[in-house]
Amino acid sequence: MAETASETNREALLEAKDLKKTFSGRRTDAFAAVDGVSFRLFPGEILGIAGESGCGKTTLARMLARLLEPDSGEIFLEGKKISGPGGRSVREICRTIQMVFQNPAASFDPRRTLGYSVSEGLRNSGMAKKAAAEKARALLEQCGLPGSLAGRYPHEVSIGQCQRAAIARAIAVGPKILICDEATASLDVTVQRQIISLLSELREQTGMSYLFISHDLALMQMFCSRLLVMHDGTIIEEGTPDDVIGSPREEYTRKLIHSVLL
Amino acid sequence: MKNRRTADPAPGKGASGRKIRRDHTRQKLAVFGILLAALLLAAAFSTYLCPYDPYAQDLSVSSQAPGAAHLLGTDQFGRDMLSRVIAGSRTSIYSAVAVVAAVTVTGTAVGLFCGYMGGWIDTVLMRISDIFLAFPGLVFALAVAGVLGGGIWSAVIALAAIGWPKYARIARSETLAQKEQTYLMAAKLSGCSAGKLIYRHILPNIAGQILVTAVLDVGTMMMEIAGLSFLGLGAKPPMAEWGSMMSDGRSMLQTTPWVILAPGAAIFISVAIFNLFGDTLRDYLDPKRVRDQGYEGE
Repeated sequence: MAETASETNREALLEAKDLKKTFSGRRTDAFAAVDGVSFRLFPGEILGIAGESGCGKTTLARMLARLLEPDSGEIFLEGKKISGPGGRSVREICRTIQMVFQNPAASFDPRRTLGYSVSEGLRNSGMAKKAAAEKARALLEQCGLPGSLAGRYPHEVSIGQCQRAAIARAIAVGPKILICDEATASLDVTVQRQIISLLSELREQTGMSYLFISHDLALMQMFCSRLLVMHDGTIIEEGTPDDVIGSPREEYTRKLIHSVLL
Repeated sequence: MKNRRTADPAPGKGASGRKIRRDHTRQKLAVFGILLAALLLAAAFSTYLCPYDPYAQDLSVSSQAPGAAHLLGTDQFGRDMLSRVIAGSRTSIYSAVAVVAAVTVTGTAVGLFCGYMGGWIDTVLMRISDIFLAFPGLVFALAVAGVLGGGIWSAVIALAAIGWPKYARIARSETLAQKEQTYLMAAKLSGCSAGKLIYRHILPNIAGQILVTAVLDVGTMMMEIAGLSFLGLGAKPPMAEWGSMMSDGRSMLQTTPWVILAPGAAIFISVAIFNLFGDTLRDYLDPKRVRDQGYEGE
């Protein structure tokens, strides 16, 4: 995985160094979900992480958002270490790193309105209730939803609307990095394309960097500026989407392309 | 399955079936809710509802059978049974509600704390609750009430001491289930502190289950308070309380059965109202119904 000269010289926004996470159950053997992952995310980039289910993508995403503590390895945000002892908590990094989850309906509190959930981050960072509620409506509108949806509950809207609301919540606090963990996987194809174009628009408006985790190589080829392929907890291939998908070096990548694109 | 809602925006057959069931539940809830409110109001204003002074003795009318002057008869001291049953409602119902309120608040607080924090403090508190659960409840309550020396308040304290671990268990397991939900991670990423996560998100999501258990428990607690009073460890004479009234009348079951039947029927009716309301409330708040309407756990 040779980095180009320009990449080494630029300062990484987010950097992972040799991240490891092992899960062990009482009756099962220890399972290394993430086994030595290193990569850098540069400002303005859309970095795709591809791999089939169970390869450790979600575990990696949760470690990067500080929802899960890695067993070993380090995470740097804008050059400062945020993992390990003396690291930063979720609350401290959540204004810089935000996340959109795979199942939109489950990512909202069933007993709170969408407006409440979208404005929660704003209220937690000190904005007055009323101003936060107004901002939430504006954010929903920015994400292509009617502002009136703020008063609805997650089970009262469609799954596509729910995911748009989840994106509105994620961008509310103006993060620099948005981690999309299979954010389009539970949507049907038309809604997928709409979400992707929404993400593209938002990136033009805000200059956010995306970490786009998915198993859908066709989607990633279209959307990502750089692609990592993950298998069994490690990154096995890296490059531009056209290079990786057009001329894969690893046998696993070939299989993945074959299974997804056909 | 995940596309169910997008694929079928108009309510189908299943959805309308659910709607009918829910409306029916709502009506039942209203009926039992009104009955429950009537019971609580009657207990609250019992002083004004009594036709006679429940404590005034008049030996000239002692042990009279139910009739026009005394609708539920009189006891061996000539006290009007209807007035005593009405006056007793306040003691019996409100002490049961007090026990349940105390155990619900304590138990839920302990359970939320343990479930959220985990670790050694969780283990220690749960082992303590196991110790409480290991004792036969009423026997332990008897011992506590005995040590405290009788009276309605020691009965309340004794029952509260044995009641909280059940709520701690429920709150803890519900908290553990909620902790795995994606929305809690999203709330964390919205910058919620542990306190806000518990207060804003976990508590509202587990409150329904706990509320239903609490309402159903009022009936049980009423019977246990009556039981303790019957055994002489609750309300002291001459205080009107259904359990102690039954105890007073037990020797005269064959000669003046109304003295024991009147408070017995009052216990039966009140417990039934609380239980029916609790059951209907459980149906109404059934988490499956919420999930049917589109909420899916991950």
